[in-house]
Amino acid sequence: MDPALVKLALGGIALLGCIGLFFGIGLALAAHKFAVEANPLIEEVLESLAGAQCGGCGYPGCEGYAIAVVTNPEVPPNLCFPGKEKVAERVAQLTGKKMTAVEDMIALVRCSRKEGRVSHKHEYIGFASCTAANLGFGGPSSCNYSCIGLGECAESCPFDAIAMVDGFPVVNPDKCVACGTCVRACPKKVIELMSLKARVHVPCSTKDLGKNVRKVCEVGCISCQMCVKKCPAEAIAYTDGLITIDHPKCIAYGPECQEICVEKCPRNIMRKYEGRVAIARQADGLKMAS
Amino acid sequence: MTSLLTFPKGGVHPPASKGLTENLAIEVMATPDELEIILGQHIGAPCTPTVAPKDAVQEGQVIGEVTKGLGVPLHAPVAGTIKSFGMSGHPMRVSAPSITIQTNKEAAPVQYSRCDWQKLAKEELLAKVHGAGIIGIGGAGFPSHVKLSPPPDNPVDTLILNGAECEPYITADHRQMLERAQEIVEGALVILKILGITKCFIGIENNKPDAIKTMTEAAAAVSTPEHTVVVQPLQVKYPQGSEKQLIQAITGRKVPGFALPSAVGVVVHNVSTARAIYDAVVLSKPLYEKVMTISGKGIKRPANLLVKVGTKVSDIVEYLGGVTPELAKIVMGGPMMGFAVSSLDIPVTKTTSSVLFLAEDEIDTTPHSQCIRCGWCLEACPMGLEPKEVGLYVEAGRPQDTGQFGVFECFECGCCAYVCPAKRPLVQFVRLAKMKAKR
Ligand code: SF4
Ligand code: SF4
Ligand code: SF4
Ligand code: SF4
Repeated sequence: MDPALVKLALGGIALLGCIGLFFGIGLALAAHKFAVEANPLIEEVLESLAGAQCGGCGYPGCEGYAIAVVTNPEVPPNLCFPGKEKVAERVAQLTGKKMTAVEDMIALVRCSRKEGRVSHKHEYIGFASCTAANLGFGGPSSCNYSCIGLGECAESCPFDAIAMVDGFPVVNPDKCVACGTCVRACPKKVIELMSLKARVHVPCSTKDLGKNVRKVCEVGCISCQMCVKKCPAEAIAYTDGLITIDHPKCIAYGPECQEICVEKCPRNIMRKYEGRVAIARQADGLKMAS
Repeated sequence: MTSLLTFPKGGVHPPASKGLTENLAIEVMATPDELEIILGQHIGAPCTPTVAPKDAVQEGQVIGEVTKGLGVPLHAPVAGTIKSFGMSGHPMRVSAPSITIQTNKEAAPVQYSRCDWQKLAKEELLAKVHGAGIIGIGGAGFPSHVKLSPPPDNPVDTLILNGAECEPYITADHRQMLERAQEIVEGALVILKILGITKCFIGIENNKPDAIKTMTEAAAAVSTPEHTVVVQPLQVKYPQGSEKQLIQAITGRKVPGFALPSAVGVVVHNVSTARAIYDAVVLSKPLYEKVMTISGKGIKRPANLLVKVGTKVSDIVEYLGGVTPELAKIVMGGPMMGFAVSSLDIPVTKTTSSVLFLAEDEIDTTPHSQCIRCGWCLEACPMGLEPKEVGLYVEAGRPQDTGQFGVFECFECGCCAYVCPAKRPLVQFVRLAKMKAKR
């Protein structure tokens, strides 16, 4: 080979080596200068969390919550929903915070449009997502408050706890950890988190006037407020067009009322809540209907 | 003859479809028995009622007022009785709070007479515009008195009246320019006085030669050495009537990203808003009537109607003899930027410019498919954005990452969706992206 070429090649290698060395030293110095003091407690808390990255705590990822719960005395230790009581206890212990009760909650779909035989007010052509369909005059369902059924909740659930059965979301109680991701995903706000110990519930989200509800849905709540009047515990309220139940109050009152609200509801939409049993039954019913 | 002006980037040429109504004179529709006045008609907080159920009201009486922030008052379009407060259908919000008025059929219509507005000071004129409830009735409903008080650090030197009416089907502005030319031009003089400037252009698309002629004559009649009103014919290209595009076509000035027209020294008003300002200032008449186009093969008798604000679409349909069996889709607004609705229980607001009853052969129901990356949407977009990327990101479940494609600059003109050979609902993707992306 031409010695001139060899010389050139060697020169090139030497030059590249020098550049590499220069940047290497630079990086090493930078790493030293800007090193972040890692807080071992944050690391420890992070390890104790469920690690599902579900965002249910309201922080960006598990690390976000770990940092917040360690550095901010206001942040309670029981926000990691998938971790349930065990994780909450551990976080409380690590951070020296007071352990607050962890209630077993579940996502509840507050709509019964299948049962109510709700029709479509128009045909929807477009991107198959609930939010997109909702942009077109509130979605195709005749009830403007009903579930649209394109499964954005199911898609959003980090625990795969929602199955779409014949275009309607069904929550699997064994998988749902009540992280609330679906509640945030649903553009119709028909999903809410409810205590598994709840005694009664209203699976309807309409805020419309009774006469309009009757036109579109066979079972929807007509806001007659019978339940509000009859409840001896004063646990039921009608706020903002919607029936809301103060579950702790209802549970505290106990079985003595014999669920008079359920009995008096003319639409049979105030229902007994039998926890997991009822949900399983609802799922079976939908499967059979489909 | 001046050469035809236009904006430089993008744009499309949808069929004009104006033949159904362009030769029909504006017809005054009989007042229905009941009106539903939506409380939030302008951009800003909705009005709070200043009346109570069972109250008797006079035509033109204030019935709602904004308590804080941006907004204008709301007036009773008829004499009658307040029946109730409730909810009414709304093309975008599905339902919205409203006041229902029972019309008193016996009451004589109010007569308004001219006042000597030239004697009034700028502040008095502005107060009249505000008090009459004037908003941008050709567009989104931005309160006009705010537009007429540009920030002092942006001196304005040009007024543009928008008579482009580039949306297919709609002929309401066209008819007003033919039938109300003097009033529009006098409205322009009022605006010039408020702004303290001397130059006004009226932009009209070249497919309305009769309107160009009538308006040119009316403009020449009022032009003096002190203030000039000049009609500027424009090339027929959608969206010629969009604010930023119109400014660039007429003045050559480019409004930067998120800035307002006043940033380049321009204020734009629709011709129908100019007429409403004429009503407000010259006649002291509040805004409670609306000229609108009812068109499409799905309605028995297409028309240009003058209706009371609060008239329900169902009343209009009845007045025009009902719908035809071919009706397939109802759109409130134009076919490019309007909103499809599936109810007739929707009252007209100050900003409703048309209701279209479209037959099967006037719409396209082909389901959309995958993007073939033809790039047509990029070419069509007048803002120079990348609609296809927004669509792909939304489909991939990443709407939050679409800020980089300028979604917030998109004004939803629909050019991209119009040209897309894959029929992709690009505007819908953008609207979804806007809800989830970070600014
Ligand atoms: S519950 Fe909400 S997100 Fe789930 S399918 Fe129904 S509308 Fe969609
Ligand atoms: S009325 Fe209630 S149950 Fe019926 S469709 Fe509407 S939200 Fe669902
Ligand atoms: S009784 Fe039934 S229908 Fe009446 S308000 Fe209560 S839940 Fe609704
Ligand atoms: S016009 Fe439609 S198919 Fe073509 S690049 Fe744009 S989105 Fe894709």
